Amino acid sequence: MTTYIDPSPSAAAAALESPTAAPASGAPAPGSAAAPAPRKPRQGLVHGLLSNSKAMVGAAILLVFIALALLAPVLFPGDPSRITDMAGLEPSAEHWLGTTAKGQDVMALTIHGARSSLLVGLTVGFASTFVGILVGLASAYFGKFIDEALSLVTNVFLLLPGLPLLVILAAFLPPGLGTVILVLIVTGWAGSARVLRSQALSIRSKDFVAAAVVSGERAGRIMFREILPNMASIVMGTLLACVIYGIGAQAGLEFLGLGDVSTVSWGNNLFWAGNEGALMTGSWWVFVPSGVCIALVAFALALINYAVDEVTNPRLRKIKPVSEGKAAK
Amino acid sequence: MRFILRRLGFYLIAFWVSITLNFLLPRFMPGDPVSRMFARSAGQMQPEQIEALRKLLGVDSRPIWEQYADYLHNIVTGNMGVSITRFPTPVTEVIASQIGWTLLLGGTALVIAAVVGNLLGILAAWRRGGAIDSALPPLLVFIGSFPYFWLAMGALYLFGVILGWSPLRHAFTDGLEPAFSWEFIGDAGAHLVLPALTIVLVSIGGWMLGMRNTMIATNAEDYITMAEAKGLKPGRIMFRYAARNAMLPSVTSFGMGLGFVVGGALLTEVVFAYPGVGYQLLNAVQGLDYPLMQGLFLTITAAVLLANFLVDILYVRLDPRVRAS
Amino acid sequence: MTVSQVSFGSHEPVLEVKDLTVKYVGDTRSTTAVDRVSFSIGTGEIFGLAGESGCGKSTIANTIMRLLKDPAKIAGGSIRFGGKDVLAMGPEELRRFRWQDVAMVFQSAMNSLNPVLTIGEQITDIYTTHAGYSRKESLRRAAELLELVRIDPVRLKSYPHQLSGGMRQRAVIAMAVALKPSLLILDEPTTALDVVVQQEIMAQIKELQHELGFSVLFITHDMSLMVELSHRMAVMYGGRIVETAKAADIHTAPQHPYTQALMGAFPPLTGPRIPLTGLADGVKFHNIPDLAEVTPGHFVAPFAATDTASAHNSAAACGPATSPALLEGAAR
Ligand SMILES: Nc1ncnc2c1ncn2[C@@H]1O[C@H](COP(=O)(O)OP(=O)(O)OP(=O)(O)O)[C@@H](O)[C@H]1O
Ligand SMILES: [Mg+2]
Repeated sequence: MTTYIDPSPSAAAAALESPTAAPASGAPAPGSAAAPAPRKPRQGLVHGLLSNSKAMVGAAILLVFIALALLAPVLFPGDPSRITDMAGLEPSAEHWLGTTAKGQDVMALTIHGARSSLLVGLTVGFASTFVGILVGLASAYFGKFIDEALSLVTNVFLLLPGLPLLVILAAFLPPGLGTVILVLIVTGWAGSARVLRSQALSIRSKDFVAAAVVSGERAGRIMFREILPNMASIVMGTLLACVIYGIGAQAGLEFLGLGDVSTVSWGNNLFWAGNEGALMTGSWWVFVPSGVCIALVAFALALINYAVDEVTNPRLRKIKPVSEGKAAK
Repeated sequence: MRFILRRLGFYLIAFWVSITLNFLLPRFMPGDPVSRMFARSAGQMQPEQIEALRKLLGVDSRPIWEQYADYLHNIVTGNMGVSITRFPTPVTEVIASQIGWTLLLGGTALVIAAVVGNLLGILAAWRRGGAIDSALPPLLVFIGSFPYFWLAMGALYLFGVILGWSPLRHAFTDGLEPAFSWEFIGDAGAHLVLPALTIVLVSIGGWMLGMRNTMIATNAEDYITMAEAKGLKPGRIMFRYAARNAMLPSVTSFGMGLGFVVGGALLTEVVFAYPGVGYQLLNAVQGLDYPLMQGLFLTITAAVLLANFLVDILYVRLDPRVRAS
Repeated sequence: MTVSQVSFGSHEPVLEVKDLTVKYVGDTRSTTAVDRVSFSIGTGEIFGLAGESGCGKSTIANTIMRLLKDPAKIAGGSIRFGGKDVLAMGPEELRRFRWQDVAMVFQSAMNSLNPVLTIGEQITDIYTTHAGYSRKESLRRAAELLELVRIDPVRLKSYPHQLSGGMRQRAVIAMAVALKPSLLILDEPTTALDVVVQQEIMAQIKELQHELGFSVLFITHDMSLMVELSHRMAVMYGGRIVETAKAADIHTAPQHPYTQALMGAFPPLTGPRIPLTGLADGVKFHNIPDLAEVTPGHFVAPFAATDTASAHNSAAACGPATSPALLEGAAR
């Protein structure tokens, strides 16, 4: 389970974004040091990401997997989990990744697995982020009692050990993909809510929000039109972290046999690999591909997340090691 | 002091939430897991034991608040029923025999990962763009992208099956009597290395990156510039000024990391058949042993909350600004 | 106290800055924060550096102590301190040079104390590092130091957040004089404080300077304070020095329109009331040339006479306008 650290890197990065107070002075700014006109944050983010090599590599990996998932029925028609008599074959020209002990083609299982894994990961990611946004915005906007209550709930959920809670919930609920998604959202939203709340709070205290409140704008409008657009990069980072969480946690749950064992997914592939003793019989090709796929997708998302941090927080950017002494003369 | 009391109150609430969750789950979930369980294990139980379990799990005709009061009373007095899979051992006894192994595994892994990860983070931030800073973070993020259990499987396959360097399962060799002898401790240590290492490997990147980023923020603080201007020795600036401050958020995430490690330990325990609470939790789920499941969940939660509370006390010692208020 | 009564100290310069240029190198654009700046400070002299926010004053101060961090780059020039080349110092030599030879009170003195160490620890580590005193001896001296700035020595055990702003400021000043440096840099040492505390602290600095005889590089926005305290001063604009002279001369006869505007922005301490004037809207200076000596010891960057009228109504006749139009008054 890779991602209970939730979006902590981005949380730390958020904390770094101390306002680099632009010196405001009545006197005209000297020509050499005029501040650039403030860019719109979202344009800056997109532009920054497009020119960031980490983001591009991450996006490329992700696109490949999405394409494979979409093309799975074309590439490997038929039910990939159908049992055949070609059991336990090593990788060969015919079966690029070999076959399982039940004679299923590992390549087909892996590529079909991308469908469920990406679907669950993305659904859980978007849903948890959405809940996080609602909670964070409500906390920040209404403040006082509502904030206290919501923060309490968030913190309790953050503190309850995630995987055991997942296991317990999954054990009591009827098995199925819906259960998996629901359970992952229940355990995953709190991390994003905490990060988003603190960001929303800092924006809530800005003058333009106060102005909107005074001018009598509706609460919903202020929250979603005034505050939310200014948190674009944090929302993005949180979303990525939540998707990583979703994919990893689903795999963990399924590996424990608590998912919907009838679907083909990376976690289930690994569950069956464990169940059929692929390890002990030396059939490494059965359990390597799915794990590598999970890792690649998570890594791609982490790369993009890291790039978001870099773009929004120049201090983290890589610097050329030039010592100041040498630079003189 | 007020800070500590506030936190204590918060942990009590959190614990109450998990108890209540435990109470509500079997009562309000669709389907009837409880009767499934009774169906499976009927015959071996005495009628009064069945009756007690029914009450515990909510097959009960009394009004709900009365059940709730009863349930709370049971939990507070440490009565969590009897285990079904290990009938008729009380749940508390089953847990007591296993929690030590989890503490050993999780604790070792957590401490190593936190200490080494934070040190690497400090060094990386101190030498921006140096070898540690440019090579390690991407590598560790990549390793951290693998699922815990998958790395554990890979390590088990490589070091256990192929190379034969490591025992394949359990916390000590079968047949060995647990005792405070060198033989036993050595044996348990050998069984601990691989599971602990896999947890360390996956979680160390988070520590390192978190520490690195806070260190970078801290390095831009005016008091670091002042320390440099004071002509202090680099080591002193790095540890007493920068790391000492950057550590504070890290201490907080130590508490959070704990829940994470418990989860990681659960999966790792399953792969290595390591007899800790995580492994037992999965067994309980598979054996439809609801009382044990609930007891384990409460125990794990309580342990995590307690550890967090200890971390808070440590935090107060470390940050004079909190200490004062 | 007016400037003319203060002795100038010897003319042996403690610090000599020549043609210093510092750039902040960004991804897309770089800023030249300090542009070919030269000045020197004599032994026991108080040298003032004035100029609007962002003109590069702090950057100069940090460069003297070699505290610049990325993305700042020293692009040229030299800094000599007592004959030593500061820019050529190795790490160990630099470490000794800092605080023993030059100490600094930072602009943000409030934030320059480590929040998790006591005041005592932060003073004693100066002594244990540089002077090699024992812990006990260091503590005794730290207590003396606090008394010097009128803080009760029991405060040695306090953490920064337990002190008031003024106390923190004084503690930092105490630290700065701990090793009796020959040059003390004060970067707006009182900006964040209220007027009464400001007065107290400035009085204390003056007293310390009298007692210990160090030179001072004094940076502030407050022109009246600067004129009152400094022997000589320089006025900066956009990374360049536009005028430097004895403080009294600048006070009585500012030459450059920018200096005039700055002086005009503050009421004179004595004399008849005159209406305050500032730089007219949109007036910007570009390509400021090197300084030229107008009267002995009074250097001014040449500027065009035509535009001064828009900057300051009486300045037209003063400027030695030798070079082509360099001052652009944007027509509104
Ligand atoms: N880290 C940095 N990165 C980029 N530009 C910087 C950085 N620090 C300072 N600058 C720029 O260098 C110029 C000079 O800054 P400096 O801090 O020296 O001004 P200052 O004269 O001390 O102003 P103030 O009176 O407000 O303290 C400014 O234009 C500023 O924008
Ligand atoms: Mg400054």
